[in-house]
Amino acid sequence: MTILIAILSRLAKAALTLLAIAVLNFCLLHAAPGDPAVVLAGEAGAADEQMIAQLRERFGLDQPLYVQLGKYIAGIVQLDLGYSFRQSAPVIDLIAERLPATLLLTLTAFVISLTCGIALGVAAAARVGKVSDSLLTTLALLFYATPLYWLALMAVLVFSVWLGWLPGFGYETVGSDFSGFARAIDILKHLILPALTLGLFFMAVYMRMTRASMLEVSTADFVKTAKAKGLSGPVIRRRHILRNAILPVVTLAGLQAGQLVGGAVLTETVFAWPGIGRLMFESLAARDYNTILGVFLVSAAMVILFNIVTDIVYRIVDPRIGARA
Amino acid sequence: MKHLKATTFLIAAALAAPLAAQEAGGRLDIVVQPEPPSLMLGLVQNGPTQLVAGDIYEGLLRYGTDLQPQPLLAKSWEISDDGLTYTFTLNEGVKWHDGEDFTAEDVVFSADVFLRETHARLRASLAYVESITAPDDTTVVFQLKEPFGPFISVFETGTMPIVPKHIYEGTDFANNEMNATPIGTGPFKFEAWEKGSYIHLVKNEDYYVDGLPYLDEVYYRVIPDAAARAVAFETGEVDVLPGGSVENWDVPRLTEMDNVCSTGSGWEFFAPHAWMWLNNREGPTSDVRFRQAVMYAMDRDFQRDVVWNGFGNVATGPVSSKTNFYSDDVTIYDHNPEKAEELLAEMGYDGEEVRLLPLPYGETWQRWAEAIRQNLSEVGINVSIDSTDVAGWNEKTSQWDYDMAFTYLYQYGDPALGVSRNYTADRIQKGSPWNNVEGYDNPELDEKWFAAATMISPEERQAAYNEIQQEIVDDVPVAWLLELEFPTIYRCDIKDLVTTGIGVNDGPRNAWIEQ
Repeated sequence: MTILIAILSRLAKAALTLLAIAVLNFCLLHAAPGDPAVVLAGEAGAADEQMIAQLRERFGLDQPLYVQLGKYIAGIVQLDLGYSFRQSAPVIDLIAERLPATLLLTLTAFVISLTCGIALGVAAAARVGKVSDSLLTTLALLFYATPLYWLALMAVLVFSVWLGWLPGFGYETVGSDFSGFARAIDILKHLILPALTLGLFFMAVYMRMTRASMLEVSTADFVKTAKAKGLSGPVIRRRHILRNAILPVVTLAGLQAGQLVGGAVLTETVFAWPGIGRLMFESLAARDYNTILGVFLVSAAMVILFNIVTDIVYRIVDPRIGARA
Repeated sequence: MKHLKATTFLIAAALAAPLAAQEAGGRLDIVVQPEPPSLMLGLVQNGPTQLVAGDIYEGLLRYGTDLQPQPLLAKSWEISDDGLTYTFTLNEGVKWHDGEDFTAEDVVFSADVFLRETHARLRASLAYVESITAPDDTTVVFQLKEPFGPFISVFETGTMPIVPKHIYEGTDFANNEMNATPIGTGPFKFEAWEKGSYIHLVKNEDYYVDGLPYLDEVYYRVIPDAAARAVAFETGEVDVLPGGSVENWDVPRLTEMDNVCSTGSGWEFFAPHAWMWLNNREGPTSDVRFRQAVMYAMDRDFQRDVVWNGFGNVATGPVSSKTNFYSDDVTIYDHNPEKAEELLAEMGYDGEEVRLLPLPYGETWQRWAEAIRQNLSEVGINVSIDSTDVAGWNEKTSQWDYDMAFTYLYQYGDPALGVSRNYTADRIQKGSPWNNVEGYDNPELDEKWFAAATMISPEERQAAYNEIQQEIVDDVPVAWLLELEFPTIYRCDIKDLVTTGIGVNDGPRNAWIEQ
């Protein structure tokens, strides 16, 4: 019951936060120089006053800013994210179109980074000070420090251009007529490089964090007690150390999960992955206000949602947190 | 001797080649960058839209690399001696992609109703038109109020795309649902658009020219990263890189590969011309001596050779050498730093800072700005680079918030269509980045521009434009840089891809793949 009330009050606060974010985003965006009518007219390579005026009227930009803001907020309260005049489609459709590709990429990267990161962290902590530990930590440091786009380009160069093992970009083979299982395999092949590139950074973060946290907890008194009881090393590590050491990792995973929907602009760009990150970036360049605001709002909602989920996971992992709250 | 024989044989083989029949079938993968916002060419005319929609929609005419008109939807045309009546005879048996008949009424609707409302560039030319009528189903007559020299050049697909009357008449053009599935008369039909990935066009089996097109399908591939586009070509994912799809320094690497050809042709109609707007209203750039000094300070051969990897030509003035009525009988600004310094000393330039706005179109343009800053600082001009993104660039140039700003514009075959708009005082209008942004105001020359546009005889027009070019080059309203060249890179077994002055935009119509 207390959990339910806690969640409800969190949701109410979340709705207010979202509204504030929407207003803030709107103001920031309109403060940036340039507007979509001039960009669209500019791309045509010719424009006269009539054209700019027509476009502004169509986009609703001829109205005072506060009226535009009011209309926008009234829209999102009714779950209407507005219309992209540039792409001639409702924003919600544009986002829905890109969502599956983005979720496939970010979720895969998330799962890879979390499982491998924790496993390697535990392994490194168990072998602390040995050569294999140094090797793992060095590798993690490398992945942590390498810029993502460079790693992505190198991965394409090696695995796609030189070795020819994997496709270098795209979501699937264009015009292949694959269906069912063959299509799934095809998509999987295209997924490997971007998912690994995106996952490596967070894997390194999780690994370092797990390792450090494990080492810290392993000196605690209750671990000594467990050893004194005669429990085996693996059992102590799994039941006693890991369970207590995992909380910071959960916090960070919650943060990463919040970004799942926001997409990964760099990875999606280098690998031509048709996801939300690119939609946002391209809309930003074109000042397609409604689309950018829509992506921002959906991402913000996800961050808030996953914060709540993280809190619930805390309570499951460590029941003492629920009792205190 | 042996060598000679082999050569003879090769020449014979080359001569025999055109006799081999074009082979039907196959698929082309062409890069499109950036992804077009829409394929409805009547509403949107940016570069990517013209590239893809040029296969779907058609104009009345197409233009060769020599800019001479060729038949497209119109099979023949006649211009009256007084230059006021243009009569087009249309091809028979032309059908829209949805099966409806194409008639002269569609042309009248497109030019007189649809495009008058939506197409800013065409609207300027249509101001000369008194009436557009369709005496019968295959005849269209354009009656002009006064002669307009370049009028025969406005029937290109991107300039006057013919749109279906039966779909658009009486609707809200911009919000018509059919905009998502464009219907044209062209050699390829719209099939699918996977946003962020590709646009798929398929052969129009009912195309009105027998045997065309040869290709079964065309995929336009959206690949946002320039390096990835080069890789896509290297790995064989795409067959054609239209001009400007990869960074210049990647071009030599790609063209050195086996079975890879490239051509600078296919841009003659556009003749992209690059210059820096020099703000004529205020600051040092308002002094003609300063502007001349900028011209003398720049080493444009170096810029062409290093920044553009040797592609392009140094511009002599406002008109590109590829455009009709070009003249090179003008003051030539060679690289002459001493002369630049003299001019600066004469005007008493005090080292006031000038802001240079690069074009945010990628690395090449950024490097070009740096090269020019170096050239200018060598003669003592104090330049700061003021970088921004595309939307910011549009805003700053159209609001005249700059001292020097890069740009390049298409010329559309005729000075009256694509050149005078940047220099006559009636085109000084805030809010658009494509008119007389520099604020050059020379009423005497304006008269000459207007007169040259309405002359009928090409000889008279040439004489008038020679005079204009000679005068304006001395005034340096803008700092002309290069006639840009964007090489198209493609596999050599693709034949007849670039045969017109708009290149790949209508290339797939005649292209075929040698097996």
